[in-house]
Amino acid sequence: MTPILQIKGVSKRYGGLTAVNNVSFDVAKGEIISVIGPNGAGKSTLFKLISSFVGTSSGEVLFKGERISDLAPHVVARRGVVRTFQETTIFRSMTVRENVIVAHHLRSKATLAGFFFGTAAARADVQTFGASADDILGFLGLGDIRDELASNLPQGHLRALGMAIGLATGPEVLLLDEPFAGMNHDETMRMVSNVRRLRDERGVTVLLVEHDMPAVMKISDRIVVINFGQKIAEGTPAEIQNNEQVIEAYLGSEDDAIGM
Amino acid sequence: MKNTTKIAGVGIFLLIVFVMVPWAIAASGRWDFYYTLTSVALLSIASAGVWLTFYIGRINIGQGAYTLAGGYVSAVLVTQAGVNFWLTLPLAGLFCAALSVLIGLPILRLRGVYFAMITLVLTEVARLTALALPITQGAKGITSIPLPRELSLFGMTLIPDFARLENPKLAFYLMAVILMIASYAALYRIVNSRLGHLCRSLQQNEELASSIGVNISYLRVLAYAISSFYGGIAGASFVAISQSIYPSSFQVADSVNFMLNCFLGGLGFVFGPMLGTLVLYFGWDLLFTTGRYQLLIYSSLLIALMMLLPNGLLSLNQLRGKGMRK
Repeated sequence: MTPILQIKGVSKRYGGLTAVNNVSFDVAKGEIISVIGPNGAGKSTLFKLISSFVGTSSGEVLFKGERISDLAPHVVARRGVVRTFQETTIFRSMTVRENVIVAHHLRSKATLAGFFFGTAAARADVQTFGASADDILGFLGLGDIRDELASNLPQGHLRALGMAIGLATGPEVLLLDEPFAGMNHDETMRMVSNVRRLRDERGVTVLLVEHDMPAVMKISDRIVVINFGQKIAEGTPAEIQNNEQVIEAYLGSEDDAIGM
Repeated sequence: MKNTTKIAGVGIFLLIVFVMVPWAIAASGRWDFYYTLTSVALLSIASAGVWLTFYIGRINIGQGAYTLAGGYVSAVLVTQAGVNFWLTLPLAGLFCAALSVLIGLPILRLRGVYFAMITLVLTEVARLTALALPITQGAKGITSIPLPRELSLFGMTLIPDFARLENPKLAFYLMAVILMIASYAALYRIVNSRLGHLCRSLQQNEELASSIGVNISYLRVLAYAISSFYGGIAGASFVAISQSIYPSSFQVADSVNFMLNCFLGGLGFVFGPMLGTLVLYFGWDLLFTTGRYQLLIYSSLLIALMMLLPNGLLSLNQLRGKGMRK
C-alpha cells in the first residue's frame, strides 16, 4: 500500500539560508507521526511546506501519490490535507459554534448563489453543518461553551477549537502545529487523548510538529527528528530516545527535554 | 418574537418612505426635499457597496471611481447609442463589476492601509481618465442627457416615460428608494447567508480561512465586484437625475464620504451605511447656517462621534438593549 503522504526530498531556501534541506519521510494511513527538533531546526517551515502555505525550492510532497506541493492552500485542503495553526488562530469575533460551522465550507453541496436564494440544497447544508458542528464540539469536549465568543476562550479551549475547525473540513490528514504548546499537564493529557481518538474513532491520519517531548513520546507511532533543516533520525519513540545523534542535538540546551 | 419585531420594523420603514414622506412634502410644499432624499437614497447604495468591502476586512476609499464609471457608462449609452436608461442601469453595474474584477485581482492582495491608499488613488485615476478619453468628452462632460424613457415589456408599460410625468421629482424619489430597498435587501441576504459568514471569516483571518478550503482570492474579488456593482448603479441613477456628468461629478471627497457613512452608521450593521448617509448628509446641510465654521464643527462632531461610538450610531440601540437586560 502506498503511504498516504510522501515527503520527497523537500528543501526550502530563503536567500542564502536553507531552512529545510532535502527532507524525506513517509506517513502511512492511520498513523500518528511527530516531527520534533530544537528551536529553529526548520520544523515550522517543513510544516508549511507540507500544507503548501509556502512553496518548495526543490523536492515535492505527494498525497495519495499526487503532487500537492506548490498548490494554493485551499486546493490542498480540498484534497484532504488540512492544517491547524500555532497560537490562537481562530475567528475571534464568532462564537465557538460559528467557527466550526464556517469551517464546513468544503462539505457544502449548494453554491454561494444557492445560499443567497435559500435553495433546498442550501437549507439542507445549513442543517447538516449545524448537526455536524455540534457533533464535533461534543467530541472534543467543547459542547458546553458552543455559544461563547471565541475571543473569550482560555488557551486550552482555543487549541481544541483550532482542532475542531480542522476536523470540520473532513480531512484525511490533519497537520497539527504545536498542539500542546503552552498547556499544563492536565490539558496536555486531554489533548493527547483527543488526538488519539481522532485517529481511532474518525480514521484521521495525524502529523504533528511539537516541542513537548513527553507528550510526543506518548502519542506518536513514529517520530521524525529535524536539526539544522535536515532529518537526523526517524523511528519509534523508543528508538528515538536511544539515538545518539538525537541526544547530541538536544544536549546542552534542554538536557531533560527528551523525556528520559 | 424577534421575527415579528423585524417585520414590524420593515413595515414602519416602508410606511415612512412611501406614505409619510410624500405626504409631509406635499403638505409642507418643500418639493426640494425630494431631491435631497433621492440623493441620500442613491448615496446610501454606493455606501452599502463600501460596507461590503469593509465586511471582508478591506478599507475601501475608492467607491467614487465606480460611481463615476457607472455614470459615464449610462450617459454614453443613453446619449450616443440611444439605449433606454433602464437598460443602462444594470449595464453600468455590470461594467463596474467587471472593471473591479480586473482592478481587484492585483490590489486585493494588499491589506490594511496599503489597500486603502491604492483605492484612494483610484478615484483620482477615474477622474483623470474621464478628462482624457474622447468618449467622455473631457472637461465639458456629457450634458443634456434625456430623462429616462418608458420601459415596457410585451406592450405593457412597466415604468412610464419620466419626461411626460407631472412630477418627475416624485418619480425619481420612488425610483431611488426602490433601488435602495432592493440593494439593502440583497445585502441583508448576503450577510445572513453562508456568503456573509465566509466574508466574516476573511475579515477575521485570511490564513485560517484558506486552511479550511476557502478560495480567498475568489471570495475577495466577488465581494469587491458586488460592491462596485452597487457603486455603478448609484452613479448611473445620479446621472439620470442630474441629466449631466462631469469628471468632477464624483471626487475623492465623495469616496471618503462613502467610507465615513459606513463608519458613522456602524460597520457591524447592514443598515449602518443607510443611517450614516442620512445623518451625514443632513448633518452637513443643517450646519449650513454656521457659515464658515461649518466644516470645523462638522469634522469635530465626526471625530467626537467616532471616539464615543466606535461601532457606529446603530450600536446605541445595542447598548440600550444590553442595559435593559441588566
